[in-house]
Amino acid sequence: MQKRVVFRSRLLPYLLVLPQIAITVIFFWPSYQAIESSFFIEDAFGFSREWVALDNYTELFDDPGYLKSFRTTLIFGVSVAFLAMSISLGLAVAANRVVKAATGYRTLLIWPYAVAPALAGVIWYFLMNPSLGIVSYWLKGVGVDWNHYLNGDQALLLVIVAAAWKQVSYNFLFFLAGLQSIPKSMLEAAAIDRAGPVRRFWTIVFPLLTPTTFFLLVVNLVYAFFDTFALIHATTEGGPVDATSVLVFRVYNTGFIGQDYGSSAAQSVILMGLVIAMTFVQFRYVERKVQY
Amino acid sequence: MNMKNTFAAAAAASVAASSAFAADKAEVQFWHAMGGQLGEIVDKFAADYNAGSDSCQINAVYKGNYTENMTAAIAAFRAGEQPHVVQVFEVGTATMMAAGDKGAIYPVYKLMQDAGIDFDQSAYLPAVISYYTDTDNNLLSLPFNSSTPVLWYNKDALDKAGVAVPTTWDEVEAAAKALKASGVAKPFSFGWQSWSNIENYSAWHNIPLGTEENGFASLKTEFTFNNEAVVNHIQRIADMGKDGTFVYGGRRGDSRGQFVNGETALWINSSAYYGGFKKDIKDFEFGQTMLPLDTAVADAPQNSIIGGATLWVLNGHEKPEYACVADFFQFVSAADQQAYWHQNTGYVPITTAAYDVSKEQGFYNTDPMTDTAIKQLSLNAPTPASKGLRFGNFVQIRDIINEELEAVWSGEKDAQTAMDAAVERGNALLRKFEKAND
Repeated sequence: MQKRVVFRSRLLPYLLVLPQIAITVIFFWPSYQAIESSFFIEDAFGFSREWVALDNYTELFDDPGYLKSFRTTLIFGVSVAFLAMSISLGLAVAANRVVKAATGYRTLLIWPYAVAPALAGVIWYFLMNPSLGIVSYWLKGVGVDWNHYLNGDQALLLVIVAAAWKQVSYNFLFFLAGLQSIPKSMLEAAAIDRAGPVRRFWTIVFPLLTPTTFFLLVVNLVYAFFDTFALIHATTEGGPVDATSVLVFRVYNTGFIGQDYGSSAAQSVILMGLVIAMTFVQFRYVERKVQY
Repeated sequence: MNMKNTFAAAAAASVAASSAFAADKAEVQFWHAMGGQLGEIVDKFAADYNAGSDSCQINAVYKGNYTENMTAAIAAFRAGEQPHVVQVFEVGTATMMAAGDKGAIYPVYKLMQDAGIDFDQSAYLPAVISYYTDTDNNLLSLPFNSSTPVLWYNKDALDKAGVAVPTTWDEVEAAAKALKASGVAKPFSFGWQSWSNIENYSAWHNIPLGTEENGFASLKTEFTFNNEAVVNHIQRIADMGKDGTFVYGGRRGDSRGQFVNGETALWINSSAYYGGFKKDIKDFEFGQTMLPLDTAVADAPQNSIIGGATLWVLNGHEKPEYACVADFFQFVSAADQQAYWHQNTGYVPITTAAYDVSKEQGFYNTDPMTDTAIKQLSLNAPTPASKGLRFGNFVQIRDIINEELEAVWSGEKDAQTAMDAAVERGNALLRKFEKAND
């Protein structure tokens, strides 16, 4: 027999779910507004708006630049997530073995997380500045002609490195916590069975880290897709040509620089669809490989 | 309980005191985009004005760069929290004007009329105010900081290479080659490329940038800068890029570093770099001269057009506050303030009087060639092609031009293809602006 809870007052259950409803409304209201504005074109000051149906969308998909932006975003997002996660995993494994001054190392590694994305971008931009940057000076020394003002691939590489550098600390923190929760006895048992450090890592440590890795994958992709806007804004502004113009930067550029709210809203809606799809795929397919 | 009451009373008293203070002076919010040294001068102007006025208080607030400042003001307007005065860069003019037709803007000529100030428009330089007047020649916004691109040069490097300061594009090319041979790494470069090498190149040679008098006459305007002259000019620079005599250094002023550290000896950008250069350049003698002439296109230069920003007044506030705005505008346009501004920044003096004051003070003797910009602007009476430009969505269109030019510099496209694409993409945005604003 199933047990049923019966509320005496009819109002009480509604009252109890009210906070959830309120949060839902807060989340959904702006999304609704974005969807609504995407069907209009509007002047900057908001005096008039005209219904244009799907024009804002068809215009976007007729624009080769916009389509290219998907590719750029994908390369950027995947590279940032991969770079940030692999480096931080390496660092976490190393820091986990350190016996002396472990806290000191950890503090130093966590430090960059306190740097705002825009500043992280500017720091790297300055280091790599073709005329003034120390890194570009070294690169010149080894025969690399560095000019991210002109070379789109170099510019993309620059923003990937800057974005990943900033995220390494965050990932490091989670990986380290994950590593420390792995039972020592399992590793000892494997060591007694003559499993080397590499083997131990891939057969014990890494599988046990999958929940952390999966969580970080989701967080890092979301970070790369959305939070890196400030970084690109402060450095390449999408250029040269449109080499670093990722989707979220275009939303800003169209809406805030161009005052074209209709098209900007349409881009936001597309981006929203993309996130929903991405999250769905991750939870549906990638999560299966996770061993809790 | 007692404590609470005391606290409440104190709070009430302090609120009363501050509102009493506010009642004494009408407060005016002034949002600007002048950072660094420029911001300090703006603050000084506001402070000087406030000290001398017993009825007005100007609150100058830095709101970020030009785009951020304009966006902030528009967003504030939509929320009903707009400042009285906002500084908007020249390419935002069409957007502001379109909003003016709908009542968001309080035109400056009307503001002055309503405040009973005898406002003499002819005191301003024609090349400056023509950019900001309506079709009946009424001034809509107050010119504040205006500059124009000039050719900056490194005198020591030119001497070492044995070349004179170039005056034509052929000479620029030859000089850049000689400079390269003498060891200058990136002989020629520029910033704000759409402004310096398309907009001003066109005006300087009296070539229209678009139809309908560069957009002044109507919203139906279309771009025409994929013409032969501009295309050849862009191709020439692209070819210079191939042999390394031109090196691209970014969309805005990013390439300033190249010039300051001596890597670049010929640099086209705003005259307003003067103040900073004077402070930063110690190792070599630098100078400025007029933009080069393309002898294949014209026999003599026309006049260059300005860049910079003006002060727009937004509607929706009280009358006494607008009287303060008018008074403050009188104050900043006065010859003393303008001369100070001009001499310390390199922006042009916007009134003839300020120019005269600078002459009398002997500024052009101690700082030679600093009148290059003003001479360039007033070289000839502005024609429809050299009076300025008024294109909607131009902020975005400049980005399109940036993208297409970068494609040329990197060798991805040739000049003709890129300019055709820029015109086509630009026109699409012009049509969109027309649709949203008519």
